[in-house]
Amino acid sequence: MAALTMFEKVWSAHEVVPETSDTPAILYIDLHLTHEVTSPQAFSVLRERGLPVRRLDRTLATMDHSTPTDHDQIFGGVPIRLESARKQVEQLERNTSEFGVELIGLQSPQRGIVHIIGPELGATQPGKTVVCGDSHTSTHGAFGALAFGIGTTEVGHVLATQCLLQRKPKTFSVEVQGRLGPGVTAKDLILAIIGRIGVSGGTGHVLEYRGEAIRAMSMEERMTVCNMSIEAGARAGMVAPDETTFAYLEGRPRAPAGELWERAVDTWRQLPSDPGARFDREVVLDAGHVEPMITYGTNPGMVLPLSGAIPSSGDEVFRKALRYMGFEPGEHVAGKAIDVVFVGSCTNARISDLRAAARVMDGRKVARRVRMLVVPGSQQVKKEAEAEGLDRIFVEAGAEWRESGCSMCLGMNGDTVGAGKYAVSTSNRNFEGRQGTGARTLLASPLTAAAAAVTGRVTDPREFLG
Amino acid sequence: MEPITQLRSRTVVMPSTNIDTDQIIPARFLTTTTREGLGKALFADWRYDAAGNPRPDFILNRPEAAGCQALVAGRNVGCGSSREHAPWALIDYGFRAVISTEIADIFRNNSLKNGLLPVTVDEETHAWLLAHPGTEIAIDLETCTVALADGREVSFPLEPFARYCLMNGVDELGFLLSRKEDIEHYERTHAK
Ligand code: SF4
Repeated sequence: MAALTMFEKVWSAHEVVPETSDTPAILYIDLHLTHEVTSPQAFSVLRERGLPVRRLDRTLATMDHSTPTDHDQIFGGVPIRLESARKQVEQLERNTSEFGVELIGLQSPQRGIVHIIGPELGATQPGKTVVCGDSHTSTHGAFGALAFGIGTTEVGHVLATQCLLQRKPKTFSVEVQGRLGPGVTAKDLILAIIGRIGVSGGTGHVLEYRGEAIRAMSMEERMTVCNMSIEAGARAGMVAPDETTFAYLEGRPRAPAGELWERAVDTWRQLPSDPGARFDREVVLDAGHVEPMITYGTNPGMVLPLSGAIPSSGDEVFRKALRYMGFEPGEHVAGKAIDVVFVGSCTNARISDLRAAARVMDGRKVARRVRMLVVPGSQQVKKEAEAEGLDRIFVEAGAEWRESGCSMCLGMNGDTVGAGKYAVSTSNRNFEGRQGTGARTLLASPLTAAAAAVTGRVTDPREFLG
Repeated sequence: MEPITQLRSRTVVMPSTNIDTDQIIPARFLTTTTREGLGKALFADWRYDAAGNPRPDFILNRPEAAGCQALVAGRNVGCGSSREHAPWALIDYGFRAVISTEIADIFRNNSLKNGLLPVTVDEETHAWLLAHPGTEIAIDLETCTVALADGREVSFPLEPFARYCLMNGVDELGFLLSRKEDIEHYERTHAK
């Protein structure tokens, strides 16, 4: 039999009808995650056409994007201040109760950013197809799932039929040899990968991250890497499941248990790409050469090692991006004074991310005039962090410790950076205005973000790690 | 969805590369629960100043942009978020086609599902279009070609099924629902 890639195995196991030259494949979806922002119009279509949700057991809703991170507006009986956000939250409550969809609601201890809670609950599993009306659905690929973002029309398709019409994407192997150095994180690696292949380098492809550096990573690190696959333009990113994956999943509320667990693991062991499987494209990187990275422009491909300088030449688009950022060609980003630090988002708000930031913050203070916001990725992460005392470290340093949600990753819930201000952010997009109108975003790892909080400047975190 | 076979329009040119969906429609406008009315917020941060007044130098605020239905954008347009609000906003504003050398995957999908034509052209044609803002073009789905004012006709790729749906106003949900038996069969044969 022909050697197959992991993607091909998962794809063919989900073909309800294979593609032909005239028609795309009908692809079956195992897990449909949905949230308040991209679902209302899809539920409206179901209502207009008198259709039910086909598989309630494969559909899970939560709210994260427009929800506030302020305690009182969630638990204190204070209404959500942004009226349009409040309406959207109420709409999801109405839609899910009308159609019978399970909702992890505003006050649920299981609530959090959709891409954090899927894995946390054990709902995300190897070999599954996972979709959500959100481009960072690629995160779930860390488990060897085929996971990708869809638009609202497609959310309606999945609600009504549990299927999508899809053309088969191409495959792209990203092999990372060697090991990351101390103080260099999964976030730095994925930024380096995007810097290398470009923000549209993965268009039309599913990436498979392979090699020693990926194998050595924890699940949380793999999620950080897969999360930003979309920033390279890719449909999805995948990592082959292995003992690390199984150890993470075992015992989670929605993971199979008992005999079913044994059987599931046996199937999952078959998933990794066969030796000799061919990819449409390949790139090889050496993890040992990756340094702490920081972005300087208005897309994640405009990225540098902290030791590097902004390129001194570029086209008009490049110059426009630098004008927006207030940077000069040839300048170093390291040493720049900053205004805001955001530790959060589906890229870097899991417990290991908060631990990393706390390690730098411990016994130190947030620099004067810097605002630091720490937003756990889920209520579960929040609880875990509080049990370890991480919240005390942040609060004593002068940071704000919030309820979970997307928060400052995108400016639609009341948390914004401010026009013209510089934010070192552990999120995934530095687009113009992403963190609020006029905000200037520098993407970096939790370590680098924490180091910037302490010094008030873009700083190499390795100085603090001794 | 209205069937569409041909589109004849003057072009608006926005040469920036990587125009992301956060520019097309910033996140703060996503707290809507309908599809309508997003045209006002299209390119909001480029189109209006802090006080909400139109910036006179932004292309969509110039008189020559009025009535144009084709947007010529720099490479990799529509990258970023999966928000379908991006094509909804473009359509609500009056656009029916987006032309570039590269169009991001999810945005392309979302556009097709709403009757906004994603037209990918070669570098040379793109360069010519960038250099001739306001030129009249004719897009024909029958032949999958764009006719330019200099007499050239260039072809562009379009997934056959998407093309069929566009030309016949077929909605994909109807198609999927019609394959109910296949879906049931799959569910029976693939135990959880
Ligand atoms: S944290 Fe940011 S990137 Fe992740 S789902 Fe929320 S808004 Fe999207």
